Parts: sequence; C-alpha cells; structure tokens
Amino acid sequence: MTETFSFRLNGKAVSVNTDGERALLWVLRTDLGLTGTKFSCGISQCGACTVLVDNKAVRSCAFPMKDIRGKEVLTIEGLSSDSKLHPLQKAFIKYDALQCGYCTPGMILNAYSLLLANPRMTQTEIIQGMEGNLCRCGAYMRIIQAIEAAAEEMKGGNAK
Amino acid sequence: MKENEYSGLDFSDLTEGPSLTRRDFLKTVGGGIIVLYWVGGTSELEAQARGRSYPEDFNAYLKIGSDGRVTCFSGKIEMGQGVVTSLAQMLADELDVSLESVDMVLGDTSVCPWDMGTFGSMSTRFFGPALRAAGAEARSVLLELAAERLETTPNQLAVEDGVIFDKNRKEKRVTYAQLTDGKTIIRHAKQKPALKTPAEFKVMGKKVLRRDALEKVTGKAKYAGDIRLPGMRYARILRSPAHGAKLKSVDTSAVEQTKGASLMRDGDLIAVLHKNFDEAGAALEKIKATYEEPEARVDDETIFEHLLAHSGNGNEVDKGGSLETGERLSEVVVEQKYQDGYVAHATIETHTALAQVEGSKATVWVSTQTPFPIRDRIAEAIGLAPANVRVITPFLGGGFGGKSPGQQAVEAARLAKLCGKPVQVARTREEEFFYDTFRPAAVVRIKSGMTKTGKIVLWDYGVYCAGDRGGKLFYDVPNHRMVSSGSPFGGGSSPHPFGTGPWRAPGANTNTFARESQIDILASKAGMDPVEFRLKNLKDERMIRVLKTAAERFGWNAAKSPSGRGFGVACGIDSDTYVAHIAEVEVDKKSGHVRVKRVVCAQDMGLSINPEGAQIQIEGCITMGLGYALAEHIRFKGGKILDTNFDTYEIPRFSWVPKIETVIIKADDAPAHGGGEPAIICMGAVVANAIHDAIGARVVQLPLSPERVRKAVATSV
Repeated sequence: MTETFSFRLNGKAVSVNTDGERALLWVLRTDLGLTGTKFSCGISQCGACTVLVDNKAVRSCAFPMKDIRGKEVLTIEGLSSDSKLHPLQKAFIKYDALQCGYCTPGMILNAYSLLLANPRMTQTEIIQGMEGNLCRCGAYMRIIQAIEAAAEEMKGGNAK
Repeated sequence: MKENEYSGLDFSDLTEGPSLTRRDFLKTVGGGIIVLYWVGGTSELEAQARGRSYPEDFNAYLKIGSDGRVTCFSGKIEMGQGVVTSLAQMLADELDVSLESVDMVLGDTSVCPWDMGTFGSMSTRFFGPALRAAGAEARSVLLELAAERLETTPNQLAVEDGVIFDKNRKEKRVTYAQLTDGKTIIRHAKQKPALKTPAEFKVMGKKVLRRDALEKVTGKAKYAGDIRLPGMRYARILRSPAHGAKLKSVDTSAVEQTKGASLMRDGDLIAVLHKNFDEAGAALEKIKATYEEPEARVDDETIFEHLLAHSGNGNEVDKGGSLETGERLSEVVVEQKYQDGYVAHATIETHTALAQVEGSKATVWVSTQTPFPIRDRIAEAIGLAPANVRVITPFLGGGFGGKSPGQQAVEAARLAKLCGKPVQVARTREEEFFYDTFRPAAVVRIKSGMTKTGKIVLWDYGVYCAGDRGGKLFYDVPNHRMVSSGSPFGGGSSPHPFGTGPWRAPGANTNTFARESQIDILASKAGMDPVEFRLKNLKDERMIRVLKTAAERFGWNAAKSPSGRGFGVACGIDSDTYVAHIAEVEVDKKSGHVRVKRVVCAQDMGLSINPEGAQIQIEGCITMGLGYALAEHIRFKGGKILDTNFDTYEIPRFSWVPKIETVIIKADDAPAHGGGEPAIICMGAVVANAIHDAIGARVVQLPLSPERVRKAVATSV
C-alpha cells in the first residue's frame, strides 16, 4: 500500500510516496538517487548499507520505511558540511584506509555513530563497535588508525 | 553517453588537498590532442602467455588536453588494488608532468587500448612497461616539436612539469599544451627513447596516497550499480536451487498481476523487471517453479576422494634428478596428504551490470575485471558486432579473480534488448554465492625424504585440481618431480560440481600451504629450527635474503619446533615476487580457537612503483588470507550451495587483525614484479606452522578451523 513518508534527509525535509514495507536502502538508492549507501548482503550482516537514523547507525537494508516518519536520516552524502570534509573522511584519505571503497561509506558512518556516542573510545572499543562492518580488501588496520586519528582531531569534542 | 564522451577520474582538485569541489565526470575527447605512438614489442611476455598482445598498431594511450591535463587510457580496471594511482605515476614520470595533472580512464572498451583483463598481478609487470614506453615516446615527440617551434635541437631542451625550455635560456619555453593545441599529432619519435632509470625517477618509487579516496569517502565514487539512466528497469532473474537442476514447471501468473512488474522470458532466462530493485525481487518471489534436482553425489566432506578419483593421470610440470636415487639417499621419509576446500571471493560488491541497447549499438556498465572479453561475449549474445558494443567499467567493489565471467552483463544486455529499456542486473548475495567461481577444492600429496642431517634429497609432489601455480620447488633438492592433475576450473568434464576459477593467486595458496607445511614437518623431524632448516636447503639468493629479512624483523631466535612459542614461518614465490612470512599465534587447545597475534612479511617485488600501495596490498593479502587460513570454506551438498550469505560464511573481521609489519626489500634495479597477490600465498602455511609450534599438533586441511585444531590435538597425544 502506497503512503507518504515525511522525514529529514541530510538536513532537508523530504517526502516519499511508497510502500511502508520497503527497506530504506532501496528508497535512498533509487527513489531518492543517493547511491553512496551500498547494497551488499541484504540481511544486516555486512554493514555496507549503514546510515544514521536519529544519530544511531542502522542497517538500511533492514530498516522499513514505515518506521522512518519524522526521523532524521544521515547518509554519506550528508556527512560533509559547507564543502568541508568530516575529520573521519579526511583521516580515511590520509591513512589510505580503503581499497575498493565499497564498504567505505558504511565504515565511516558506523564510526561516526560510535564517536557521537563516545568521543573517547579505546582501540578495543573501536574494534568492538566496528566488528559488524565487513571489508574484503583487508583495510581494517588502517580503518582503526583513521578512526583513532579522527577522534584525536576532534579532541574528544562533538563528532558533529 | 555519447560516443565521444567518456567518464574519467579528474584529479585536478587534489593538488590543494582534499576539498569538496563539485566535479564533472563527463569530458569530451574533442578539444585535446591525442598523441599516438608505437607500443609493439613491449609486452612480449604477455603475448607469449596469452597468445595475444597489446595492439601492435598505433594506439591512443594518452591525451594531452588544451588545458595541459593529461588523460591516461588503459584497459585495466580499478578494483581497490591501486592501479588508478600507480599507472598514473608511471605515465607522469616518463612524460615529465606532475602526478596531479594526470587523469585516468580505465576499462572503457571504446576509448582504451585492448587489454585481456586485470588479473594475475600483471598490470604493473606487463601493461606498465607498455605505458612507460608510451609516455617516453610521447615526451620525445613533444621535444622534437618543441625544437622545431623554438628553432633549436631536442638535446638542447629540458622538461619540467609539462614545460619544455632551453637549458641555457629558460625563458625560451613552450608548454605541452601549447604544442598540442589545435592539432592532431600523428608521428613517431625518430629514435625509440630509453625508459628512465630509478635514479631519474621523480614520481615512481615514491609513496603516494590513493588518488580515488576523495570520491570513495564522500559516496561519489560510481560503481556499476550506481549508474542511473532514464526509464531504466531493475531485473531479478529466476534461479535454480542447485547446480544441475532442471526447470520442470513454472507459473508466472502472479507476476503479471503485480503492479509495475513485467515478466521477460528469453529461452532459459526468466526475469521480472520493475523500476525498483527490491520490488522486482518481491514480484519474483511470487513465481511458482518446480525443479528436477540431480541426486547429490558429493559434498564438502567427500569431495576430496571424488577429486582424486576424477583427476586423470596428470602432467609432469617439473622434474630433476632421479626419484629412485632420492629414495635410496633418504634416511627419513615423510608422506603426507593436504586438503583445501572451496573458498568464495565474497567481494562486498556483488556482480552488477547495466545495459542499454539502442538499435544496433549497446552500452554496458559492468563490474568486471575483463571488459574486453565481456564485450565480445555480450556482442555474441545479442547479435551485434563487438565494435558496436561498448563496455564501460566503473569502480569495482573488489574482484580477487572472481569478476571475470560476466554472466550478469550478458543477462542485462539480453533483457535490455528484449524490453527496449536500460536494464540493471545486480546479484543478490545469495546469487553471488551460488554463481561464484570458487577457489577450487584440492588435494596435494607429497612424499619427501632427507638425510639425518636435514638435507632434503627427495621431493615427489602431486597436486590435484588446484593447478601448478606456486608449486614449483625453489628449495635445492636434487631429486624431485611435480605432477599436476585435474582441472582447477569448473564446468564441462571437470570434477568440480559447480563453477570454480581463479582466486587471488590461483593455486598458489593451496600449493604453498602443502609445501611449507611439509618443509616444517621435515624440519621438526630433523630436530632443526624451521628457519635454519629452510636456509640449509636453499640456494636461491633472493629467497635467502627475503627469509633472513623476515626473521630479522621478527626477532627470530632459533628453536626446534614445537617450541611452545607459537611461531611459524613460510615462504613462497608468486608473480616473480618473493615473500617470507613469520607469524605468532595463540591457540586455545580446549576450544581449538586460534588467534593470530602478529605477522611479519618481507617481500622482494623488484621495483616498487608506489611503495605505499605495495604495503597496502601486503596488509590486505595478510588480512584476507586469515579468512582462508582459519575459517573460510563453502559447505555444499551436490549442486546445492549451503553457505549463501555472511551469516554462515565467515570472512575476517576487525577483531581478527593481527599486528602486521611489512618490509619491502629495495630492489629498484630489477623490473617491477607482481604486488597484488604474492603476500596472500603463505597465510595458510604460516598459521598452520605456528599452530604446530604452539601445541605440537598439525592440521593438514584448510581452513584451520577450531574443530580441526581440536581433532589434531586429540590425535597428536
């Protein structure tokens, strides 16, 4: 059944007419044309489709549209503001913390949600928090370094 | 996309560091100048290997635009391995322009020179010399043109950053852009210029960060599934439940009643099309289909006997001395069998393609390692001449040897032709596992013998169904033989029950696991330290150097294995590159769980174009290699694949990552060898040997799962 779903996406109000059972991932990628959010496993097992809903990381492949009303959604396209890269994005570049790059948006957004919740994570906490995001190229070591560097740059401040 | 347009990676705004300027990916070929030059004979090795070479006629490998920017065209593709950076480094250096001024166009069959594909660690080894020769010749032609313009001789001129000037009067100058502006240059250099020597490098050999990172961290990087065309449809295709199953009946009536969904049928291809991928999938589920499945004759437990029984007689690929003599001289004989299961590529991006067929022309965006062969397959499937099919390769979300078959591109093209609209086919993860060309399950049998003092005198090696890559013995053994039986490839009369094919360093992971495990068993029986034992049996100076370098970096102290420390060593050769790994593990004897704590890798890869990129490839190899070493294998029953997603198929995660240390041995005077694969080949053996060193139990089958470790502990007591 088609309904109208209004929510905020990357700081702007949007409305989508669609079926409430559809997953947020596909609405983002096709209806709204934001292809930075990636499809990979489809069952919440890899983290490639991670976006933030009300500042919490969710797997958009398993997040139904019917739960999106009135929420604030952040995708990789909305992370940088005023043409300035977020410290996490800068650190991923500086530490070469990616190879094929397909898991990267999900990695960055998951890390961002962790930093929002705890700006002073230990390395163990970073690893635990990132454990559900998969990278096949094997960039994990550098991703950890990049998250640590971004946290350092933010000096324990607000990740936003 | 119009014929004279192409999508390239523009790096013009990277000079000022990362910023978020809007970038326009579409540029036209017109307006610049294409410098043509002869590249025949630069890729003889490759030609010999594959029976075809890079085009031996004039070809455009680069364009110098009227704005001075240089565009590099290559049939190679970027899947994370970093050629977008390293190829640009080569061209910039030979052409004498800054790295920042080079844009890359990769894997576009309409504008790039033919290429057989990106695999086998061959981009730097074989395409690299061709590209460097191209850059050098273009530079030489530009110097001749400048000499004519400035009324002097080429040897009176020098070049810096694309500006040619008189060595004595610097103000007497002309830029590449000025020289090429408004003209098409078709000429050869009068003399074939020499490539630069390492001492002359300004860009090569320097650590350079990835050049595609900005696109990738902002979500702007386009993969095949991210291309959008007006009116495009997403296809979901009816798939059989098992390899070898035959469709008995199909009822598609429910699809025809689903709003927005349309059914397409082209022979065996039954698909649902919809303007949304997920809704196409929902409609597909309404199809009622029954299949006749063949009886399952083999599974992941019984496969090894099956492979041995169906491998034929094999080919002798290497031989030296006499096995009889070896047997006679052997005072200690070790016979052992090693096994290795099917392993998935499990790229995070699944196989994806978008096809547009307009009249007699087709354009297909494909996630593929082999754009040119795929173009030919598409052309054949939809009845067009290859010249009328254009394959464009956006960024790949991983490849590892798995993205060559291109079935999804053929399906997309067939459906696009049928429905008259652009069609995207993206595999679900379940389809990805089902149609993967797995790393083949394989068996290795070794009979080896040595003297009491630890000199190996006999090596009789048989590999079944993995292929011979990485199996040739580099230890100094007078009496040896290697026989390779059975095909590593699935399909046809192959003993494999489903598709198999190349997987990062094909065959070499299996062969290195077997050889280096066997060497360790011999060392242990000789009562010798495993590093010393290897050195005693090595004459190859490169391998000795690599092994000693790794041992030194690790801080290796000689001890007989098992020492209880959990230290393991393994070495190997792949793509002309030498590697030696030393690992430290912790083993929980009760649970069988293995934690790899530290891995040191020394690598001699000849000239390293981008040492940063090379180091990242080593780290990636070690991390990915932990998967096949510890956990990865496909469970199946007959043609039914039982692991179909990441919920049961485990790949390495953050918590698995050991401390990784890499040493790239400086060898700039040697040609550039392979870098994307070698460092993965030792991972099975180095972990197996470290486990043995920790607990005195040996596992001879990959992966070294907790269950197998527990079993080995139980049987070793």
